[in-house]
Amino acid sequence: MSDTARDVLFDPLVDNNPVTVQILGICSALAVTTSLLPALLMCLALTSVAAFASASVSLIRHQIPNNIRIIVQITIIASLVIVVDQLLKAFAYETSKQLSVFVGLIITNCIVLGRTESYAMKHGVRMSLLDGIGNGLGYSLILILVATTRELLGAGTLMGIPVFRLSTEGGWFYPNGMMLLPPSAFFIIGLLIWLARTWKRAQVEQPDFRIQESVE
Amino acid sequence: MEGHLNLFIKAVFVENLALAFFLGMCTFLAISKRIETALGLGAAVIVVQIITVPLNNIIFQALLDDGALAWAGLPDVDLRFLGLVCYIGVIAAMVQILEMTLDRFVPALYQALGIFLPLITVNCAILGGTLFMVERRYDFGESIVYGLGTGTGWALALVALAGIREKLKYSDVPEGLQGLGITFITVGLMSLGFMAFSGIQL
Repeated sequence: MSDTARDVLFDPLVDNNPVTVQILGICSALAVTTSLLPALLMCLALTSVAAFASASVSLIRHQIPNNIRIIVQITIIASLVIVVDQLLKAFAYETSKQLSVFVGLIITNCIVLGRTESYAMKHGVRMSLLDGIGNGLGYSLILILVATTRELLGAGTLMGIPVFRLSTEGGWFYPNGMMLLPPSAFFIIGLLIWLARTWKRAQVEQPDFRIQESVE
Repeated sequence: MEGHLNLFIKAVFVENLALAFFLGMCTFLAISKRIETALGLGAAVIVVQIITVPLNNIIFQALLDDGALAWAGLPDVDLRFLGLVCYIGVIAAMVQILEMTLDRFVPALYQALGIFLPLITVNCAILGGTLFMVERRYDFGESIVYGLGTGTGWALALVALAGIREKLKYSDVPEGLQGLGITFITVGLMSLGFMAFSGIQL
């Protein structure tokens, strides 16, 4: 039992990462990663929503009529997101302004709906909770990696604290402005996927076809 | 009128939902392998966006905004915290109604869009458009233009990416980068291209 619980919790970190392998929840993963602090808050928000949504759906999974299950799940998720949104506005107002609409967009984050639909509808409460946390952590891992890279290279700081001394202040570091712009997020995730697939070769996609080499 | 045109250009090019705000990425990456399917999904998104953004605008202004219920004799009520549930409900209902209407009256279009319509409910670009509309407090006219603009911009980016990916099949990509990896890099380059539009004002 403990083995499977561990699998459920840690499998989504690398082997079955929701972002790089299942291609879910990329939308918000990229937008909030220009600096580390909003990214961390976003991770916290998504992980808690994913965990509680999975647990609640699993709790009432025998009562949900099959043909309206998506609406029921979306409503549960939306209520949880409202709670998170209000909490953020109350306790971290500045950062919640930075996150702007992306907290609300957790509702349509495919990770949450994907996990409730594919896992929580078929498994017990405890395992569903763990599954939600695990997938939240897998998402957080990617988010933190991307945010760290972008803030460090783009502004020379981490969590707003200077790490590299900027050239404008007599240091050696020239900040790379592109890291703060949207395209860099795509590049970093693309490279992360490359890295993950070089490490775990089983994840490499087979091409639809190969061009035949010319025979002389 | 000029303001509306400006808003449209801004929504399509400068603040493209897919390439500048990363919205609707999941479907964006999954449904961009062929141009025909990309065109179908793009059209569906434009239609849903034109309907839902103004509809949510009415709901926000008449029911949810601070003091909006004054017409019902409740000037102190602020229901903005209910926004998220209402918007997603409207979107889900609209998609469902659209699906049934198309099935009844335009079966050909229904067949063409078929599988994509239900997917649109969980497309972040749709909810994102509504949330941006609320955050920026567009009025009713602006919300129609904004819905049309964001839908068009998203569809444009999707079809462009599908075109690139169709050509990409013939290229020799390193093993680990095949499929998803190279797609991300491509989208990054497209996004870089779209940044050239920034700052355009009419």
